[in-house]
Amino acid sequence: MNYWPLLGVAVIVIGFALRFNAVPVVVTAALVSGLLGGLSPPALLALLGKSFVSARMLLLFVLTLPAIGLLERAGLREHAQRWMARMQNLTLARLLIGYLLLRQLLATVGLTGVAGPAQTVRPLLAPMGEAAAEKILPSLDQADREELRAIAAATDNVGRFFGEDVFIALGAVLLIQGFYSQHGIELSPLAIALWAAPTAIAAFVIQSVRVWLYQRRLQRRAAALRTDEAG
Amino acid sequence: MLRIEYAYWLIAAFLLYTGGRNLREGHLWHAAFWLVLGLLFGAGDYILKQSAAGHALPSQLAGGGVIVLALLAPRLRRKPHPESSSADERLQSAIRLGHMLFVPALLIPLVTLLVALFGAWLVIDGHALFAAPQMTLTGLGLACVVALFAASRVARTPMHEGVAEGRRLLDAIGWTALLPLLLAALGQVFTQSGVGTAIAAIATALLPTGNATAALLAFALGMVLFTVIMGNAFAAFPVMMAGIGLPLLIRQHGADPAILGSMGMLCGYCGTLVTPMAADFNLVPAALLELRNPYGVIRAQAWSALWIFASTVLLMWLLVFR
Repeated sequence: MNYWPLLGVAVIVIGFALRFNAVPVVVTAALVSGLLGGLSPPALLALLGKSFVSARMLLLFVLTLPAIGLLERAGLREHAQRWMARMQNLTLARLLIGYLLLRQLLATVGLTGVAGPAQTVRPLLAPMGEAAAEKILPSLDQADREELRAIAAATDNVGRFFGEDVFIALGAVLLIQGFYSQHGIELSPLAIALWAAPTAIAAFVIQSVRVWLYQRRLQRRAAALRTDEAG
Repeated sequence: MLRIEYAYWLIAAFLLYTGGRNLREGHLWHAAFWLVLGLLFGAGDYILKQSAAGHALPSQLAGGGVIVLALLAPRLRRKPHPESSSADERLQSAIRLGHMLFVPALLIPLVTLLVALFGAWLVIDGHALFAAPQMTLTGLGLACVVALFAASRVARTPMHEGVAEGRRLLDAIGWTALLPLLLAALGQVFTQSGVGTAIAAIATALLPTGNATAALLAFALGMVLFTVIMGNAFAAFPVMMAGIGLPLLIRQHGADPAILGSMGMLCGYCGTLVTPMAADFNLVPAALLELRNPYGVIRAQAWSALWIFASTVLLMWLLVFR
């Protein structure tokens, strides 16, 4: 067994821990692991180039930027905030939990590309969340706003991850089925997907509770501010 | 027929435009970075075809391009571009345009959804309108073009100004945009150079075998740890399964394969929530939302990941040996 390629993992861990620029860290790790793993330099270069261009779909989100940029210049975020401020019954927790449910249901039927950080979180969910939080605590500072945007992105991720596994035709289920059938265990995709449902429900409950707790924290801060002013 | 490659060429054009604008404004490092990336995207189709035909040279050149990008990335400064409109202008425009502003923004998910649902049935003159591979993503590409068109109509602004705004946002995201692709390539190199098998060998050598609960816990934690290292639960699954899941849990302790596979994979997903190696889910959104802390999204979801992991392990322990 050749353990030397593990040095590539060490490069990653050290590079990320010391907060070096991640791009050269990742490329260095690839070169270290590849060379120590016995790949010849030309083969390694070809592997790197080929796998990089095969992953082009991961940059697809940049195509949303022109439309989003134009709309933001025309006041999309300001409008989303003003609209949220007028909606009395739509609290921060209801907004985020509603989005979580929608995202999870869409992922459950395999529609993961419909929403996402570029498609829905930056233009819509984040500014609406900020406005909803301002209804509770008008004096939000920059750190609060950033935390809120991070929670919006986290809610998007949790909804996507723990919805998609319930969908039978998506990568995860097929990968599991494929692995077992290689090793002589035949399972139907449905039997696998079904067992993702308990965790999907747990994830929904956990993320909802965390969003609700965050809202309560904001409410307490607002209440403390009010008593300070009254006193 | 609309293929995903058209979307890639559109990205290439946008990257080359971003590079060109930076060149004209004298930001040479930024210009070089986006131009090289644009070339890689424009040539991607050709590179893969040549590689499939057994010609390695274009892939090797692309590999060289990746190394050039790695050398250029530290030169990029994340300079916040000045906003091209004042807060007051935006507010006035928001009041004037109202809900019309939502229409183009919602067109992005809506058109994607329609293509995903009905794209397969759209046939013109005997030819399918959308190619079957990556149809949802092709739909997303189309949706972006439709949304840009609609946005320019709603805001009564020429489309090229939208592209200029997009370039402003792309420059603000900077090299973070590249990480998901690089990490995908790294995953391939790790697999080919035997990193996975080496980790599995260490893990199985250290692990307890006699006790079913201990083995289950080791399997679940191994899924998380391996996913954190590789950035992807799909890479972790076959390794952990072949190392512990199949020989120990299923063959020796009689675990239910469907439950073990499904919930084991979900343990890996909890690892995805906390690793910077899953850059497309964790680091790119942080840059896109202009967070000062690049790990802000990871911090926001770490506790969720822990609780989801704990409940999944508990469920697995209760259900898998029945």
